[in-house]
Amino acid sequence: MSQKNRLVGGQIDRSRPLSFAFDGKNYEGYAGDTLASALLANDVRLMGRSFKYHRPRGVFSAGSEEPNALVELRSGARQEPNTRATMTELYDGLTAMSQNRFPSLRFDMLAFNDALSSFLSAGFYYKTFMWPPAFWEKLYEPAIRRAAGLGRLSGKEDPDSYDKGFLHCDLLIIGSGPSGLAAALTAGRAGAEVILAEEDVVFGGRLLAEQNLLTEQCGNEWVSDVIGELSSLPNVRLMTRTTIFGQYDHGIFGAVERVSDHLPEPPADKPRQILWRIYAKRALLAAGATERPITFENNDRPGVMLAGAMRAYANRWAVTASTDIAIFTNNDDGHRTAWDLDAKGVNIAAVIDSRMDTPSSTEFEVLSGAQILDSHGRLGLRSVKVRLKDGSTREISCGALGLSGGWNPNVHLACHKRGRPVWNETISTFVPASSGDHLLRIAGAAAGIFSTHGALHSGAEEAVKALNDLDVSAHVPELPEAEDAPVKITPFWYVKSGKGRAWLDLQNDVTVKDVQLAHQEGFRSVEHMKRYTTLGMATDQGKTANVGALALLAELEGKTITEIGTTIFRPPYTPVSMGTFAGRSRGKDFRPYRLTPSHKWAAEQGAVFVEAGNWLRAQWFPTQGETHWRQSVDREVLAVRKSVGACDVTTLGKIDVQGADAAEFLNHIYCNGFAKLPVGKVRYGLMLREDGLAMDDGTAARLAEDHFVVTTTTANAVPVFRHMEFYRQCLWPGLDVQLISTTEAWAQFAVAGPNARKLLQKVIDPAYDISNEAFPYMACGEITVCGDLRARLFRISFSGELAYEIAVPTRYGDALIRRLMEAGKEFDITPYGTEALGVLRIEKGHAAGNELNGQSTAAMLGMGRMVSQKKDSIGRVLAGRPYLQREDDYRLVGLKPVNSKETILAGAHLMTAGDTVNAANDQGWVTSAAYSPHVGSSIALAFLKNGEARHGGMIRIVSPLDNLDIEGEVTSPHFIDPEGDRLRV
Amino acid sequence: MSEQLLAPLTALGNDTPVVVTIGGITICENPDLTIASLAARKDRGAELHSKLQADTKVQLPDPGKMMFAEDVAAIWTGVEQWLLLAPISSHPDYAAEVKTVVADSASVTEQTDGWVVFDIAGNNLIPMLERLCNLNSKALSSGEATRCLIEHLGCLIICRESGREFTILGPRSSAASLHHSLVTAAKSIA
Repeated sequence: MSQKNRLVGGQIDRSRPLSFAFDGKNYEGYAGDTLASALLANDVRLMGRSFKYHRPRGVFSAGSEEPNALVELRSGARQEPNTRATMTELYDGLTAMSQNRFPSLRFDMLAFNDALSSFLSAGFYYKTFMWPPAFWEKLYEPAIRRAAGLGRLSGKEDPDSYDKGFLHCDLLIIGSGPSGLAAALTAGRAGAEVILAEEDVVFGGRLLAEQNLLTEQCGNEWVSDVIGELSSLPNVRLMTRTTIFGQYDHGIFGAVERVSDHLPEPPADKPRQILWRIYAKRALLAAGATERPITFENNDRPGVMLAGAMRAYANRWAVTASTDIAIFTNNDDGHRTAWDLDAKGVNIAAVIDSRMDTPSSTEFEVLSGAQILDSHGRLGLRSVKVRLKDGSTREISCGALGLSGGWNPNVHLACHKRGRPVWNETISTFVPASSGDHLLRIAGAAAGIFSTHGALHSGAEEAVKALNDLDVSAHVPELPEAEDAPVKITPFWYVKSGKGRAWLDLQNDVTVKDVQLAHQEGFRSVEHMKRYTTLGMATDQGKTANVGALALLAELEGKTITEIGTTIFRPPYTPVSMGTFAGRSRGKDFRPYRLTPSHKWAAEQGAVFVEAGNWLRAQWFPTQGETHWRQSVDREVLAVRKSVGACDVTTLGKIDVQGADAAEFLNHIYCNGFAKLPVGKVRYGLMLREDGLAMDDGTAARLAEDHFVVTTTTANAVPVFRHMEFYRQCLWPGLDVQLISTTEAWAQFAVAGPNARKLLQKVIDPAYDISNEAFPYMACGEITVCGDLRARLFRISFSGELAYEIAVPTRYGDALIRRLMEAGKEFDITPYGTEALGVLRIEKGHAAGNELNGQSTAAMLGMGRMVSQKKDSIGRVLAGRPYLQREDDYRLVGLKPVNSKETILAGAHLMTAGDTVNAANDQGWVTSAAYSPHVGSSIALAFLKNGEARHGGMIRIVSPLDNLDIEGEVTSPHFIDPEGDRLRV
Repeated sequence: MSEQLLAPLTALGNDTPVVVTIGGITICENPDLTIASLAARKDRGAELHSKLQADTKVQLPDPGKMMFAEDVAAIWTGVEQWLLLAPISSHPDYAAEVKTVVADSASVTEQTDGWVVFDIAGNNLIPMLERLCNLNSKALSSGEATRCLIEHLGCLIICRESGREFTILGPRSSAASLHHSLVTAAKSIA
């Protein structure tokens, strides 16, 4: 029968029927339904299987605290496991599957776990699967994972996108029940910037779920009036489907807005969810409360649910879980469910109240001083066994049972900054402690104020206080008359009888016995009990389970609940998709790219690109017929050595250093001297860290007395700038020096090879003489190119050849490389990439990132004498530590394989022939290796102990990981032109 | 020697600036600004202020602000540091021009091609900016300018008209990534 459990009334839109499928069977619901309410309307109580024992389970709550009704929503790549049916808005065509069952929900073969329950007690896997150890990974763990657990991932890439964003407000109001709405009205009218965040689809909180909370007006109407007014205020931002999931330092809150989850799929280019980081000057927690159950034997059958949820289903969604219901309560609130459902024509089989002094009813039977001992029904509740106050027992038929053990304020967000809630004996629950800093205030049920009158007034009053803190004048508005019933509760946690299992934590299948066992085995701290039993873990974080377990532990320990305390509350309040945290930072959008000025041209040439930090650099330029990268790289290297090549070196950091004391500043930053560098000259510089180890190398060109341009390695562009800025501001604030990065502003190309000058003479304006005499090695100057375009020229060389670096404003970089290629045709100019650049510098013995790895001293790099002792510089003193000065320390050397056909691999270690290969005998390691077309074999740079004295000797090059064990000759690190003649022609 | 002048490319790598319209939002690449950075030499801030004001009428702004004088805009970027922006057509060698004015009272650095400039216009840009940067963009009014991160990139945001017109300066080498972020955000809210 279609929707046989649908009642009259409710806030669903009966004019908009929707069809959906659960486990392949089609059903109908209405707009405004959740998946859970629609399934209940269709008399579907069985919605899932439990985590460990595969017990049949039905929906337990009507909100985000749901432990049981978890489904795999949607299909294909959009399939999402562990989706709470209570939070899933129904849409036309929705498909959902039950999870953690095989082969079907009604017949689950894995339910044999339930029969083995005595072997599956708390911590069973720590005790049971101990031997043989090798079986754990291959057999036990896969088997346990198969049998236990929640939903399955699709294994496919998430097709949806997620946004992230930032919001700012004076007052963030979390929750829109009576207290949240009263606060929003107060703050909105005061003109403050307000955000009202509600995790539900609509505003109103319990006002939507209850009857007669307001005495002179229907709750819905008041909500509608207030929202109408708030919508008209430009200073109020109303956010539904938005969960505030965490409170962080300094008034920062995390929120997820589910903008498209109620649609079959997000519209094109629109996100599925948005992760908001909210900066709130003040916040008000008005998140309400969560009902807690009473525990008894077999209390987990489909149909057993929270009494408040039962009421919400009836009042808001016009649904009952069954036509015959019973209530088990220890407080007056449970009776409210019976009244509401009775008024809707549902048969109330009985209200079972553990207290002696209970409200009476003429409409239904109230059994005071009674307790439920057990329940029956395999796939859904059929009856409960009740012990009456006279000790006799009675079986009561019912298809659903509402449990009310009292309400727990939703204190979570108030505790995310390590706050601990405090026990309030009067209302038998934890309430938030005062935060002290008043950044977060608490109102309504979240503060333990359970009457509607109290909630309304506390919301408004706390908003006034929060705004007064901000010097905003605000007043409590006129609020509707509302019920103001006191809390009448006598704590009753679990029924102490029977030998069966009574569930505390439905999601993790943790029973009273499990907690008793954990306690018996010594896990007495609440944190230990949680971890041993898994109570309070997983998607619901024990929202309906924790307090009951704490009460039980207190009883076992003979302590008060206050003495037992709670576990730590941590974000997120409810589960957040990983995709939401990732936002748009996925795949190629994981981080921004940096493109060189010649990128477009290089791409046209078919260059292969490599990521260097965020930069994309041309790695090599394959030409027709080349099938292996080595062919391209060898060709590029030989072309540079033979004639001329060009390479985009824009990525090297460029720092503009100006000021009257610029030279003195650099003299302190670099370990070698810079004070006397003439204008128009470049000098190689090495900078050390405070600890005396090498930080970076590069050049500084003096363009004027008070103006230098420093270059850094690509990787260290930012660290070097930061390093220099730190010393400028903190150590030498008295120096007149100003720094700014100009890396992006100039397109810079290396032009290297014997014909470099001839080529450049074709593009540099004739007014500038770059002959060897006029512009010698290490000269620099500001010039113009191609008809008056301002440019900079540096005669520096990384390759060991006659070479220049030429810079033009970045926008002209593309045109310049094209012009160089055109003008260089007569010299067979060859563009070269980072791979050839690497080979050229290894051949020349120049250190790069592999050698400057944060562990190298100047002496290791063969630059010990560069550390000037005539002046003070950063790192000079600590570079002089005896350990760093020892003669037999590592030194940079060159290596060649004795057999020229063998290949040296970077990362290999150096051993003396005959020694056992182990760390104790280690002589050093290979830092950089390449095939040198110039030498005609593999070559390498390496750090070798006492290496300077071992040139010409033999060493064993070993890499057990690569099965490498070859003999090599130790050489000078300079494989080409050790005297530097080629640089100076 | 070379006969032909070199032809510039915009930061997005084209001959002409890219203009994208999404819903009511227009994102324009603006290659027509020249930019110079200005940093006062030690203890010479007052001299710098008076020289600039006397010669160019430019008043250097306080933190978070921007000042206009004729066709020049000045933005505060750090302690005693500013960026000066002007049309490239009327200031072809701007850094040198500024240096002539300020002489030794400040260090001037050519920064025109250090940046990509995007002008954004629309009836309500706040939802777009909320998805891009951690700024209370709703509270920004005309003439305010501030540094902030957009998708890991250090950018400058200039409010030209509250809620409706903004200019974003970002690192030029990441122009394509920044543009992609702007377009994605615009599509999200369009």
